[in-house]
Amino acid sequence: MLDDTDRRILRHYQHAPHLGPAELADLAGVTPATCARRLDRMQAAGVIRANRAVIDWRALGYEVEVSLRITLDKTQVRAFDEFLEAARNVPEVIEIQTFLGRVDLRLSVIARDMPHYQDLYRRAILTLPHIADIEALMHVARIKSDEVLPV
Amino acid sequence: MIELDTTDRLILRALTEDATRSASAIGRRLGLSQPAAWRRIRKLHDSGVIKAQRLDLDHEKLGFGVTVFLGVKLATKGRVSLDDFERAVSAIPEVQTVEHILGLYDYRLRVVARDISDFERVLRRRIMTLPGVGNVEANVLLSEERRPGPIG
Repeated sequence: MLDDTDRRILRHYQHAPHLGPAELADLAGVTPATCARRLDRMQAAGVIRANRAVIDWRALGYEVEVSLRITLDKTQVRAFDEFLEAARNVPEVIEIQTFLGRVDLRLSVIARDMPHYQDLYRRAILTLPHIADIEALMHVARIKSDEVLPV
Repeated sequence: MIELDTTDRLILRALTEDATRSASAIGRRLGLSQPAAWRRIRKLHDSGVIKAQRLDLDHEKLGFGVTVFLGVKLATKGRVSLDDFERAVSAIPEVQTVEHILGLYDYRLRVVARDISDFERVLRRRIMTLPGVGNVEANVLLSEERRPGPIG
């Protein structure tokens, strides 16, 4: 349902989401009217869901980011639902992913520093329901983070 | 580090939902004048709190049905430079994110593919041939939620 023009616009838009339709049209080699119409159509079709601002948590004083890989006690029928519901109530959890694989879930947790992380881990994470096992991975650096789809 | 007041937080939250909102639209929502809203938005950008914008695309509708997280352990540390690995892996179009981590693995990659057989192609031809790559663990993404985080 997308043609080459749509894809070309999307490719450029993904790399420069801050551009307005006129500048984007210039890059993609179409008229501003075409560009605006195509963007509207892709938004209406739900292909483009949103254009979101990305927060740098470090700039807000959150220096630590930890990935927690969690295995749940699956003998409990409602383990996933109850765990997810409780994890959503921890504000420092910025991402929740569920997997098919060696681990069931991953939480991305941010903290101001290690003592704050330690406190969060004991008070808010270890108290989440149905955890069978947790592995912690510490973020050192993001090498690539644009999340561009190769359309 | 910058301290945000409640109004800043509300603006930040609104922009993480839709960064294309104008200062006047945000001002109207929060009962601020257009110039006051504009100044606060400007401050969020200038202080680096908003580091970028990102398009939120429907992967399925664009034909990418599979997302896999790979934990990669380097086999020959010392002989292969991390820079070489990072440069090579970042150049693969299907690799959306590359994170250097401490723990069980050295790197975590987010990989998109059209389907499982397309993923197999990416894994065999592109990932397993990277310089220094050792153990690889795969977890197929079933669901994902991005939470607003501690901004109220």
